[in-house]
Amino acid sequence: MTRICVTSQGAELDALMDYRFGRCMYFIFVDLESGEFDAVSNDALSSAHGAGVRAAQKIASSGAEVVITGSVGPNAYPALQNAGIRIMKADSGTVRSVIESYKEGLLSEVASPGPAHMGLGRGMGRGRGSGGRRGGY
Amino acid sequence: MIIAVASGKGGTGKTTVAVNMALSIGDANLLDCDVEEPNAHTLLHPESLNTESVTVPMPMIDTDRCTLCAMCADFCEFNAIFIGKKPLVYPEICHSCGGCFLVCPEGAIEEVAREVGKLHRTNRDSVHLVYGELHVGEPIAIPVIKAVKNEIDRKKINILDAPPGTACPVIETMQDSDFVVLVTEPTPFGFHDLSMTVDVIQELDIPHGVVLNRVGVGNDEVKEFCNAKGIPILLEIPFDRKIAELYSNGVPFVQEMPDWRERFQQLFEVIKELSQNGR
Repeated sequence: MTRICVTSQGAELDALMDYRFGRCMYFIFVDLESGEFDAVSNDALSSAHGAGVRAAQKIASSGAEVVITGSVGPNAYPALQNAGIRIMKADSGTVRSVIESYKEGLLSEVASPGPAHMGLGRGMGRGRGSGGRRGGY
Repeated sequence: MIIAVASGKGGTGKTTVAVNMALSIGDANLLDCDVEEPNAHTLLHPESLNTESVTVPMPMIDTDRCTLCAMCADFCEFNAIFIGKKPLVYPEICHSCGGCFLVCPEGAIEEVAREVGKLHRTNRDSVHLVYGELHVGEPIAIPVIKAVKNEIDRKKINILDAPPGTACPVIETMQDSDFVVLVTEPTPFGFHDLSMTVDVIQELDIPHGVVLNRVGVGNDEVKEFCNAKGIPILLEIPFDRKIAELYSNGVPFVQEMPDWRERFQQLFEVIKELSQNGR
């Protein structure tokens, strides 16, 4: 059986996928053979630090072989690589539609980490980056 | 005695005041706690440095003993450990709490030192200068500031040059001080950041006073604020061509302007008095 994970904005197959990885709303785990799915809310969402690492840990522990998401940060990327999880890129659509795209081989693999802190701040493509911050716990 | 020199706003003259005061009172420790951009040494021109490394503990996982149970990763509040096909440690996320060493049931995690900065010591005239230097890209300045403050000698006069701002590095520097000298300039920017820093100092409950630098520019907002809050203005340094020229050549102005040496000595006497009465 092949188990895949899609980052999602809602807990249903008809919810929109979430472009963010570490700070997505839900992980939807789908068994490709049976079509069964379960939605798990992302508890890394509230992590002050290392949300991407925590999210990667959740997916690795679930036994998923593939994750479909928008952008994976510089910490989560090596973690997913380490766990042998393939990262596929999707831009938009419902969870159901990106799974179809994946099955049809329309999605490409994410070859490098995206910017840090993508999922914070003002939304897609306008991540805050991590530079220029001055010190502190 | 410990005197911290702080400001809120950057570039108001903290280092100028700290260095000139240290040179004027003599036999003082000058501790530059602005470890992200130390610069007291650029006014003192030390000839030789005694340097040591500042390290923090971080985990190193023995992959032979690790069973990939992930108890360490579950424990880590900062998500600095990932367990996949093998363990992965993120040094920059780690806050050195030591929890992972304790929770590992296999004893597979060893504590290793990671260098985050340097500590430099030197002597110039009658001043013993210590300054820290945080490595570029390191997110947490506190361990290097702690290393600098570790050099405080309670039997001597210690002048701490604080970083700008109002967050952790400034609070770490000011904590346990007997007095805080707030250096500001009479501009809207100086005023705004001074008022934020005063809030912090009142929270910490440390006696304090203001040194007004570049007097002659700007407006009266800072003076009005100090009067209203009952904060003493300890010294006014004019917006003066000679002082600015000496500064731009990296010369502490008390070395060329002896009357200012006396004024800094008087400043120190006032600080001593206020720090005793202020509590």
